[in-house]
Amino acid sequence: MFFQLFCTYLKIGTFTLGGGYAMLPLIQREVVDRKGWIDEEEFLNMIALAQAAPGLIAVNSAIFIGWRVGGWRGVAGAVLGAVLPSFLIILAIAMVFSEWKELPAVEAVFKGIRPAVVALIAAPLVKMAKTATNHQSPLPLLWSLAAALLIWLGGVNPVWIILATIIGTTASVWLSAKLR
Amino acid sequence: MIYFQLFISFFKIGLFGFGGGLAILSLIQMEVEQNGWMTQQEFVDIVAVSQVTPGPIGINCATYVGYTAAGFWGSVLATSAIILPSLIIMLTICKAYFWLNRRFHDNLYFSQTLRMLRFTVIGLIAAAALLLIKPTTFIDPVSWIIFAAVAFFTVLPQWLNGKINDRMVLGKMVNALSHPILLIILSGIAGYCIYME
Repeated sequence: MFFQLFCTYLKIGTFTLGGGYAMLPLIQREVVDRKGWIDEEEFLNMIALAQAAPGLIAVNSAIFIGWRVGGWRGVAGAVLGAVLPSFLIILAIAMVFSEWKELPAVEAVFKGIRPAVVALIAAPLVKMAKTATNHQSPLPLLWSLAAALLIWLGGVNPVWIILATIIGTTASVWLSAKLR
Repeated sequence: MIYFQLFISFFKIGLFGFGGGLAILSLIQMEVEQNGWMTQQEFVDIVAVSQVTPGPIGINCATYVGYTAAGFWGSVLATSAIILPSLIIMLTICKAYFWLNRRFHDNLYFSQTLRMLRFTVIGLIAAAALLLIKPTTFIDPVSWIIFAAVAFFTVLPQWLNGKINDRMVLGKMVNALSHPILLIILSGIAGYCIYME
């Protein structure tokens, strides 16, 4: 089981560009459609859990599926398979990049890429804001704005913002239950 | 000492990294900058490399930062440290899966917190982008033109959604052009043509 999960995740990890979310359809095809290790409904539950829990979505899903399919060995196989390709590729890049980045050609290319990266980070925000409000009150977006400003201008560590969200929401649910 | 610091930093990132890759960026940025492991420029470069190489952005960043800060073992340590909280939390969830599945959906504390965290994540991603708007990344007006063009092509398919047919040639072209990898490659080519003397 270790080996099977390792190979499956190695394949998924090697051929998905663009991070965790891009992996999900591939995981579904391999794990649900081809191997039939878990069914569609459990897969959807898995996505919900992998997103709700902190950490990388790809890794979270590997842990869940590894555990359901093959226990501890399954977890080890799936996680190693998911992580190893990007680890090795980035390690190889890191080893040469410190020398390459002094080259004028590489520097020129990255001068063009840097603003593009900022745009790629910022652009999905429009869609995310739409999905998160989902025809309900857009008021919580003020909290998003406050969080962004606190980190950007205030230099607040995002950890505090996340803790404040968890504590604040829990307290307000508790309070509104009390008042009712 | 550097190993200990790397471990603590990336464990923290794994533990508080809600909302996946992009949301984790601002956490990584904060840790990396406070510890002086990377310059802002290097950070943007590695995000760019992450976008065009396979795998989760978090793993890519952990491996790269670990290597530049403390060599091979640094990269092993940072990558393990970012996974460790996931292992602890997800295995707990797996063991309690059937119990959780029953109460998960109708627990108000849980569902409301998750809902608010989605808005926090939007703020975190916005902060990650804002923190990168610096004279080192935006060196001249051309940078802003590249920024605007990439943002435009990324948002265009959503905006056109429903207005033109996906199966039409134009729809296909727009979808292909909005792919992050292609946009990065095109920006790189633009950079080479403009800045290379």
